[in-house]
Amino acid sequence: MRKELVKKIPLSISESLKIKKKIGKEVSVAIAEAVAQCKVDVISAYPITPQTHIVEHLAELVNNGELEAEYIPVESEHAAMSACIGASATSARTFTSTSSQGLLLMYENLFIASALRLPIVMVIVNRSISAPINIWNDHSDVMTMRDSGWITTFAENGQEAVDLIYHAYRVAEKALLPVAVNIDGFTLSHVIEPIELLDQELVDKYVPPLRMKYKLDPKNPITMGAIGVPEIYTEAKKAQDEALNASYRIIVNAWKEFEKLTGRRYQPVETYQMEDAEVALLIMGSLAETAMNAVDFLRKKGKKAGLIRFRLWRPFPLKDFLRAIGKIRALGVIDRAVSHGATGGPVGIEVRSALYQSNKRPKVINFIAGLGQRDVTVEDFIELFERTYEAISKKPKFSYEIYGVKE
Amino acid sequence: MPKDEGLISWKKLAPGMFILEPGNSTKFKTGDWKAFRPVLDKEKCIKCGLCYVFCPDLCYKRDEEGYYISNPYYCKGCGICAQICPRRAITMVLEEA
Amino acid sequence: MRPELKDFKGFNLKNLPEYEGFASGHRACQGCGTVLPVKLALKVLGPNTIAVSATGCIEIISSPFPYTSWRVPWIHVAFENSASVASGIEAALKVLKRKGKISKREKINVVVFAGDGATFDIGLQFLSGALERGHDFIYICLDNEAYMNTGVQRSSATPFGAHTTTSPAGKVIKGQVTWKKDLMGIVVAHNIPYAATASPAFPIDLMNKVKKASLITGPTFLHIFSPCPTGWGCKSEDSILVAKLAVETRIFPLYEVIDGRYVINKFIGHTPITEKSLLGKYGKYVLEKRVTPQKPVEEYLKLQRRFRHLTPEQIKFIQKRVDEEYEKLVKLSEYFGIEE
Repeated sequence: MRKELVKKIPLSISESLKIKKKIGKEVSVAIAEAVAQCKVDVISAYPITPQTHIVEHLAELVNNGELEAEYIPVESEHAAMSACIGASATSARTFTSTSSQGLLLMYENLFIASALRLPIVMVIVNRSISAPINIWNDHSDVMTMRDSGWITTFAENGQEAVDLIYHAYRVAEKALLPVAVNIDGFTLSHVIEPIELLDQELVDKYVPPLRMKYKLDPKNPITMGAIGVPEIYTEAKKAQDEALNASYRIIVNAWKEFEKLTGRRYQPVETYQMEDAEVALLIMGSLAETAMNAVDFLRKKGKKAGLIRFRLWRPFPLKDFLRAIGKIRALGVIDRAVSHGATGGPVGIEVRSALYQSNKRPKVINFIAGLGQRDVTVEDFIELFERTYEAISKKPKFSYEIYGVKE
Repeated sequence: MPKDEGLISWKKLAPGMFILEPGNSTKFKTGDWKAFRPVLDKEKCIKCGLCYVFCPDLCYKRDEEGYYISNPYYCKGCGICAQICPRRAITMVLEEA
Repeated sequence: MRPELKDFKGFNLKNLPEYEGFASGHRACQGCGTVLPVKLALKVLGPNTIAVSATGCIEIISSPFPYTSWRVPWIHVAFENSASVASGIEAALKVLKRKGKISKREKINVVVFAGDGATFDIGLQFLSGALERGHDFIYICLDNEAYMNTGVQRSSATPFGAHTTTSPAGKVIKGQVTWKKDLMGIVVAHNIPYAATASPAFPIDLMNKVKKASLITGPTFLHIFSPCPTGWGCKSEDSILVAKLAVETRIFPLYEVIDGRYVINKFIGHTPITEKSLLGKYGKYVLEKRVTPQKPVEEYLKLQRRFRHLTPEQIKFIQKRVDEEYEKLVKLSEYFGIEE
């Protein structure tokens, strides 16, 4: 899993000193500790597998006096997001976390939170949605909130998850938009990885205290959530849309700042071996690291394979994506959610739409894999690469294919 | 050119479409809703203030003499004040066109 | 006896607070009985208040962009979750005070204005959760006995026999077939420090109850009867009269439950078993130290078009059930009465 460790043996002294700071932690616990480091004020969450370890650890930190915050043990996810909205409107730093059915239950509040421009941070521990009920990992839940106006980022390993938390608070409070950080349920949330948390002074520097100009304050009474009559609704939506698009600058600058502090570099679209790639796969989440092994295998065979991953999903990083694909001849988009009756999986649809905005026309083949945590192995990825190669000359029969189905 | 356009520019909206001026509904005239208007007989009035307490539109204000006078700009002519006045000092009179 | 209420002094017409938290120019119907409790409550709570509204009549009439009738900070999120939003606001205020970001000395009231639809039906879960968690806020349920804002559809607060658009008085089924949900019973079961019923026909009593609720630390609940001339089919000037009759016919009794102990504020047509001793015990809670003669329910029902289809059997049933529930309330106030 840790590609850098495997590559750089033997280590120099400075590098081994750096690694000494990495401690083996369960990713959920590390996320909770990063949230605590950000001096969150209000945590309001409802338990759902596989998010439970995050909120359990936060409750422990609060009740042990290690985190000065209010933990609201709400009675449903809808109440969790409602309480976050109330708390955030009062200019408190808030946090919640959920998965799957919980995200769907708080659905109406997602749109309200972003329209009211509240800097809420939520960790979505990606899990498939019912029916049939399945507690295991895929991206069905987050793909339902594409229109909701939330800044959305994806983590592939524990270190990224923690780094994206710090980034989320900084961005949310500068852009005044809610941020959802996505981690894969079980395959990422419940594994132990070597993770380095930032020193508290760095966190305090990177995530300054929250200052909101417009908030619920008797000294300056304002009305939040007025009726958007037809004479103003369009303007309100335009303003919100512009704000989300403008947050791209804030997101990228925040990553640049982060690189200065830690040396770790994040980009809206991450690439692996794409400089001269002929054929690439596109995937998000922790399966990307498995796919990297397939890329290495193919490269050894002399094939020019590459991998693209969206780190930033909303606002859609159109320019970064079009740059990342370079001169590839075929792109295999690996979705991890189904959009029934559509012309592709959710990511497939967006990728084809993005490509239409440019003159680049790699052949696109869309697979849906890993539903409900169906295992996708390195061999599977190699086969997916071969299918993508075939797509260069032969048009796929279907606009999307659910991969690995037993006929 | 679109025929239908918004009230104000999207650039002038507060983020979240918040309304920043508290109580600015006072700019909106509800007084033309009324069909009847209240008329006070000062002889009967005991200045108890019940009309001021019961008015749903907060029309009543006390003048220098202590009488409560209704504000026709907002009064919707519901008639509650006339009904609850303990001395029947208020009568609802048809509003002229 | 709640220490916060020990030295409580009520309002009277001569010492009403001057502050108006609600402004004229709102779009409520003529004679709206739902706006009155909002106006009176904000008068009592003062400018150091954060108000939350559920979607409904009050929210719609008070916040059509670009106008707002609220002079206090106000937020509207969605229909059912006003209690949870208030929980979040209360928690934020608590922690911000602890961290020194807000002055600890300022008491900021958190109040929810929600209709009967938002409280009895879709918002019941959220109310229950917020009450159970013990947040320090006031939940005011403005009960106009139907989903008025969307066009008078029935809710579980609609009284038996009433005509609404989704429980119409048809040829086969005549109006609402179920009895009004006992929400005070549900709320009292959460063991909150203070719950009370109030009516805009008794404005001083209503204001006193809001004041008591604001003095008590912990969740408090007010069930306020809100006449709706538009939806009930009565004349706009009759809304206060209808509210008064609801109390005087025992249909909407005025009582308080303080730490699970019941006290009736207005005796209608009955004498508590040992009236003199009880009056001495909780004399400060009663509005009048005398018994108001009971009026028959017909006087209340005949003023409203939503009841005009009622048969004599239905009216008899209503009278019987109303009397039974009032007797139950009297017994509760005797066996679980206020203790000093």
